[in-house]
Amino acid sequence: MIGVIDCGISNIGSVLNAIEHLGGDVNRVVHPDEVFACKKLVLPGVGSFADAMKKLEETGFSLALQKAVVSDRVPILGICLGMQLMASEGKEGGETLGLGWFPGAVKRLIPSDHGERVPHVGWNQIRILLSHPLLDGIPKEADFYFVHSYTLKAKDSAVVVATCDYCDGVTAVAAKDNIFATQFHPEKSQDHGLKILENFLDWKV
Amino acid sequence: MLKRRLIPKLQLTRAAGGDVYQLVTTIDFGLRIKIGDPVSQAKIYQAQNADELIFLDIDSQGVNEAMVELLKKTTENIFMPITVGGGVRSVNDFQNLLSNGADKVAVNTAVYRTPSLVTEASRVFGVQCVVVAIDFKRSSSGKCEVWVEGGRTSTGRFLKDYAREVEQLGAGELLITSIDRDGSKSGLDIEAITEVSESVGIPVIAGGGCGVAKHFVEGFQAGADAVTAGTFFCHQDQSPMQCRAHIKNAGFPIRMHI
Repeated sequence: MIGVIDCGISNIGSVLNAIEHLGGDVNRVVHPDEVFACKKLVLPGVGSFADAMKKLEETGFSLALQKAVVSDRVPILGICLGMQLMASEGKEGGETLGLGWFPGAVKRLIPSDHGERVPHVGWNQIRILLSHPLLDGIPKEADFYFVHSYTLKAKDSAVVVATCDYCDGVTAVAAKDNIFATQFHPEKSQDHGLKILENFLDWKV
Repeated sequence: MLKRRLIPKLQLTRAAGGDVYQLVTTIDFGLRIKIGDPVSQAKIYQAQNADELIFLDIDSQGVNEAMVELLKKTTENIFMPITVGGGVRSVNDFQNLLSNGADKVAVNTAVYRTPSLVTEASRVFGVQCVVVAIDFKRSSSGKCEVWVEGGRTSTGRFLKDYAREVEQLGAGELLITSIDRDGSKSGLDIEAITEVSESVGIPVIAGGGCGVAKHFVEGFQAGADAVTAGTFFCHQDQSPMQCRAHIKNAGFPIRMHI
């Protein structure tokens, strides 16, 4: 079973629908104990880093996720804020420690001389730097749907699988071992997005 | 490169106490033309690869079960971003819509009455899902003035100042609609779009008046990040796909090969 973490920080309906549409056995996970019954996990999220991290800690999900993902190496997909929470720390809503799986900080996008608008909203091309099984079948320069103001500034470039050219640079996909995360919304990115979710269902770590 | 967006707008109305929404288009925010079932229409837009959808309850009856049901039904099969608005008044309304399939929530009259709602919602849910919808009319002197309550009440505020103010409050995106041009097919209010998009640093969705593909191009030339239309996509024999070629030929980045 695939468990989608629901601690009230995200629109999880679309993620559940998309995975179901692909034939995946998926459930909403509302209690941290249920995490350990899941073969794979999805951590979606909207909102601000500080508020979301506080919720993860208060509900006990933070501890459960550390055990499942770090010790038991359960495959996990982070989406949008879910990806950002996997960083060492976030700057949104005050400096806050994250789950710490991707060394680095989550910082606000800084517009370049082109005067890009923030938040970064809409369909944008990603640039794939490293091959990854979850990106199988994704064309070079495919467009995905982004909606965010902050991005992961990874300390270790080995985790940066894809980027997106916007403002001072967006980490579009980060991955490490059993962890895969996208800043864009695969569940909202039509065919290419569904392909990534399908790859996640097939993923053997 | 970030693409410009084409956003079909589904204007929804519901008989008082009824549990089913009907899709309509409007002229001058008044006369309503019945189109049909919103879910079927949304499926057509998905097949045509629209970039996003906007659902607006034009009676502003408040966030209710019927809207939640409509959202749930739509998002079962539709995997694209949806903004929902019309009668949103509280952080709870945001929560209710966001947890049932909306990606962004549009607020209009409530922002004028309770500006702190924008700040609060953007703190809780992130600025990226707070869309402030601003309807405007040109006064006799030609100035763009903001109207609320579905275009029935004048605020006496000027569009540009108001846009800047809601950005400061924490809006993540603006949806500006010309009441004069609504349903007219006579083209967008280009000057108003230029004025707003030059004044703010957040994305601007412009709507009201698209009648031919050229009107979308004009909106992007004026600085809009996205153009939305109801009448155009419902009544014309033109789909978002056909529209894209015109926009691409005019030199704007837009999704083509999907």
